[in-house]
Amino acid sequence: MTLPEPYRLAAFVLGALAFVGLNAAYLVWVERKGAARFQRRPGPTEVGPEGLLQPIADAIKLLSKQVIVPPGADALLFRLAPAVVMAPALMTFAVLPFGAHLTARPMSVGLLLAVAFGSINVMAILLGGWASRNKYAIISAARVVSQNVAYEIPLLLVVITLLMITGTLDLSEIVRQQAGGFWRWNVFKLWVNPLMPVTFVIFFICLLAETNRAPFDMAEAESELVAGAFTEYAGMGFGVFFMAEYANIVVGCALATALFLGGWQSPFGIGSGVGWFLLKLYLLIFTVVWIRWTFPRTQFYGLLNLSWKILIPISLGTLGLTSVLLKFIRP
Amino acid sequence: MSTSAALADAARAAARAEGRETFVLNLGPQHPATHGVLRLKLTMDGEYIARAEPVCGYIHRMHEKMGENRTWAQFLPNTSRIDYLSAMHYTHAYVAAVERAAQLEVPRRAEFVRVITSELNRISSHLVWFGAFLLDLGGFTPLLYAFDDREKILDLLERITGARLTYCYYRFGGLYNDVDAEFLRGARDFVRYLRPRLDMYRELVTENIIFRKRLEGIGVADAELCRRYGATGPVLRGAGVAYDVRRAEPYAVYPELDFKIPTHPRGDSLARYLVRMEEMEQSLRIIEQALDLIPEGPFRSKVPKVLKLPPGDTCFAVEAARGRFMVRIVSDGRDIPYRVKLRTPSFSNLSLFEEASRGMLLADALAFLGSLDLVIPDIDR
Amino acid sequence: MKTPLRELWTGFRSLLTGMRVTLTQFFKPPVTVPYPYATLPIPERYRGHIELVRDPETGMSLCVACKSCEKACPSGCIVVEGIKREGDKKKSPTVFTVDFTRCSLCGSCVEVCPTEALRFSRRYNLAGTDREAYFLDLLKRLQAQAASTPTPATKA
Repeated sequence: MTLPEPYRLAAFVLGALAFVGLNAAYLVWVERKGAARFQRRPGPTEVGPEGLLQPIADAIKLLSKQVIVPPGADALLFRLAPAVVMAPALMTFAVLPFGAHLTARPMSVGLLLAVAFGSINVMAILLGGWASRNKYAIISAARVVSQNVAYEIPLLLVVITLLMITGTLDLSEIVRQQAGGFWRWNVFKLWVNPLMPVTFVIFFICLLAETNRAPFDMAEAESELVAGAFTEYAGMGFGVFFMAEYANIVVGCALATALFLGGWQSPFGIGSGVGWFLLKLYLLIFTVVWIRWTFPRTQFYGLLNLSWKILIPISLGTLGLTSVLLKFIRP
Repeated sequence: MSTSAALADAARAAARAEGRETFVLNLGPQHPATHGVLRLKLTMDGEYIARAEPVCGYIHRMHEKMGENRTWAQFLPNTSRIDYLSAMHYTHAYVAAVERAAQLEVPRRAEFVRVITSELNRISSHLVWFGAFLLDLGGFTPLLYAFDDREKILDLLERITGARLTYCYYRFGGLYNDVDAEFLRGARDFVRYLRPRLDMYRELVTENIIFRKRLEGIGVADAELCRRYGATGPVLRGAGVAYDVRRAEPYAVYPELDFKIPTHPRGDSLARYLVRMEEMEQSLRIIEQALDLIPEGPFRSKVPKVLKLPPGDTCFAVEAARGRFMVRIVSDGRDIPYRVKLRTPSFSNLSLFEEASRGMLLADALAFLGSLDLVIPDIDR
Repeated sequence: MKTPLRELWTGFRSLLTGMRVTLTQFFKPPVTVPYPYATLPIPERYRGHIELVRDPETGMSLCVACKSCEKACPSGCIVVEGIKREGDKKKSPTVFTVDFTRCSLCGSCVEVCPTEALRFSRRYNLAGTDREAYFLDLLKRLQAQAASTPTPATKA
C-alpha cells in the first residue's frame, strides 16, 4: 500500500503541515477553553459555536497585521528567527510514528533526529531575542539558552536509559516492542528498572522545560520580561512563534507517547491503532495545559537547581540502575 | 552636562574598569508587574539588580491640596480614591479624625457596621493582592478564584453602599445609611463560604513547592529596616513585630473583639504572604463576633449642617489593608480644612524596596515587589 | 539520604495536590455572567447619576431650587436655577443640570436635599462618543419619564 516516492512525500508534507497548522490553531482554542474551565469561566464563546472559529479569526487578525522590524534591530536575523523556530518542529513530524504504517519517513535514527531537531528551537529564540535589540528580549534569550542546556542533559540521559532497554533508535520499532497490553509499555517495565515511572516524570518535566511551557516559561515570563524574546514581534512573526510553541508541544508529547506510553498500542493488547496514539497524545497535551494553569512560574535559578541537583543525579542513577539490571538480571 | 549625569557617567566608568558593566532597565510605568503606573529605574548587572530607583508621581492627584479647598464633608469622596482597594479604611480614618476634632458621638451600631464593612474590605483587598501576587509569580488561575470570592464581598457592600469600589459609606457621626438584615445574613454566609476557600488556597498555593521556593528567603525586610523606613502593616508584621493599629491605638469597637495579630519572624516574602493569609482568617473571626454583638439603634448621630471644627490639630490612624493609614487635619476654625495630611502605608512600604532589593535577581525583586502589596495611587496620592 | 528524598516527595506531592484542586474546579460550572446576554440585578441602593423625583400628586419635581445640592457637591457639577412662579408657595427649578463628566457619585447632593427631590438613577451602562452626552438636563429627563409613565395626577 505504499505510494510511489514523490507522491508519498507530497502527501506527508501536506499532511504534516495540515496537522501542525490545525493542531497549533486548535490547541490554542483547547488551551483557552481549558484555562477558562480551570478558572471557572466559559472561555471564548463569540466566534462560532463554543468559539470554535476563534483561532481562525485570530489567524486572520495576525496575518493582516504589519510585520514591524524595530529600528536598530538586525533585520535579517529578526525575520529569520520565526522560520528557524518553525522548520525543525515541522521536520520532526517526519519521524513521528502515528500508527503502525503511518510514519512519514520511518528511519532507523528517528529518535536521534527528533532529539536533534528539538534543540534547534533554542537557537531560534536566542536569535529572535538577540536581534530584537530589546533589553527584556536579550535577558529572555540568555535565560532560554541556559535553561535548555540544563534540561537537555537529563532529557538525553533518560533517552539513553530507554535506548538501553529498547536497543534501537527507530521509533516505530520502539513502539512495536511495547505491544501486548499496558504492562508492556516502557513506563511500566518495572522488572527492567523499578524507577521507570520516575524516568517518565523526568522526561515530562524536561519536555515542559524544553518547550518553555509553564511552570518553566522563563523565556516569556510575562510578568517579568513583558513577553521576553517575543516582545518586539508583531503580527505573524509572533504568530509563528506561537504556533511553533504548540507544534513543539505536540512533538514532545508524541515522543513521550511513543517512548513511554506504547504509541499506537492499545492498553489491552487488542485493537491497536492510530486512535490510541492520538488519545494518549491529547491526554498528555491536556496535562501540559492543566499544569500551566495550576502552578506559578519557577525561579530561574530554582529551575537550574532542579535540573543540575535533582534531575541529572536521578536520571544518572536510573541509567546506572538500568544498566546493572540489564546486565545481571536479564540474560 | 548636569552634575548627576556626570556622576552617573563616572560610576559607569568605574564599574567598567572593575569589569562589571551595568545597564539601565526601565521597568514601568507601563509594565505588567507594577500593577499601575509605578516606574522602577533598575541599574542591572546582568540579571542582578545593582540599584532600583522607584520613580513615582505618575498618578499624583493632589488629594492633600484638594482637601484644602473644599469643606470637611466634601473631602469624603476623595478618601475612597486614595487606596481604591481599601476605601473603607481610608474613609474611616478621615471621618474618625473629624469626629475626634469635633467631638462627635458615633452610635454603637454605626461603630459595629464600620468594623464589619472595614473587615470585609480588608478581605477583599487581600484577595486582590493574593491574586495579583500570584499573577506576578506566573500563576494565573488563583487570581480568578480570588476575584470570584471578592465579587461576593463587592456584591454585599454594593447592596448597602450602592458602590462596588468607591464606597464613601461613612459619614461624620455615623453612616450614610443603615444596614439591613439581608446584609447581615449575607455577611454571615460569606464567612461560612470563605473558610473552605481559604483552605483551598492553602492546598493550591501556600503548600505548593514551587511557590514556597520562590518566596523563602527572598526580599528580607527585617524589623530594623522596617523601622527605618516606617513600613507598617503586613510588611512589619512579616518581620515579627506585632504592631497593629487596631491594638496599638484602639479605635471603633476593636477593643471589644477578640482577634490575633498574626506575625512571622523571618521577614521574607513568604512571611508577608502568610501574614496576609492569616489576617483574612482573623478578619473573618472579627466579622463573626461583630455580627453577634451588633446592637439595634440609630446609625447616625446629629451633626450640624455646616460643620466647623474648633481650631486645632488632630490625628487619627487606622489599620488599613496595607498598614497604618493616618490622617492629620489642621483646622483654623473655618468650614474648610487648613491642612489635610495623609500618611499612606504604601509609600513607606515602597521606600524600603530600594535598599532591600540590592543584589537581587530581577525575578526575585518582582516577587518581593509583589509581596509588598503596593497600590500606586496610594503612593502618589 | 532519607531527608532529601522525603523533601522531594513532599514537594512532588504538593504539586499533585495543586493539580487535584484545579481539576475539581474544572468540572464545576462557570461562575461568570455572560454580560451582554445576562445582567446581574442592580441593587436598590445603586448609585447611578442623580435624577429628579416626581411629586406623585402633581407629577412635577419636588425640587424647591434651594441650591443645597449645588453647594454640597464636591466637584461643582450641579447647576440649579429657580424662580417663584405666580401662585406657587415654593420656588421651582428652571434649570437643573449635572455635568456627569465631573461627578464622583458620592451622593452628597441626595443626602442634603431637604425635600428628597433627588435620587440615584439606575443607569449603569453609560457609554458615549461625545462629551455632550454627559451634560445631563435633569428637568428634561423628568419630563421624558413623566411622558412614558404617567402619574395618577397627569392621567386625571
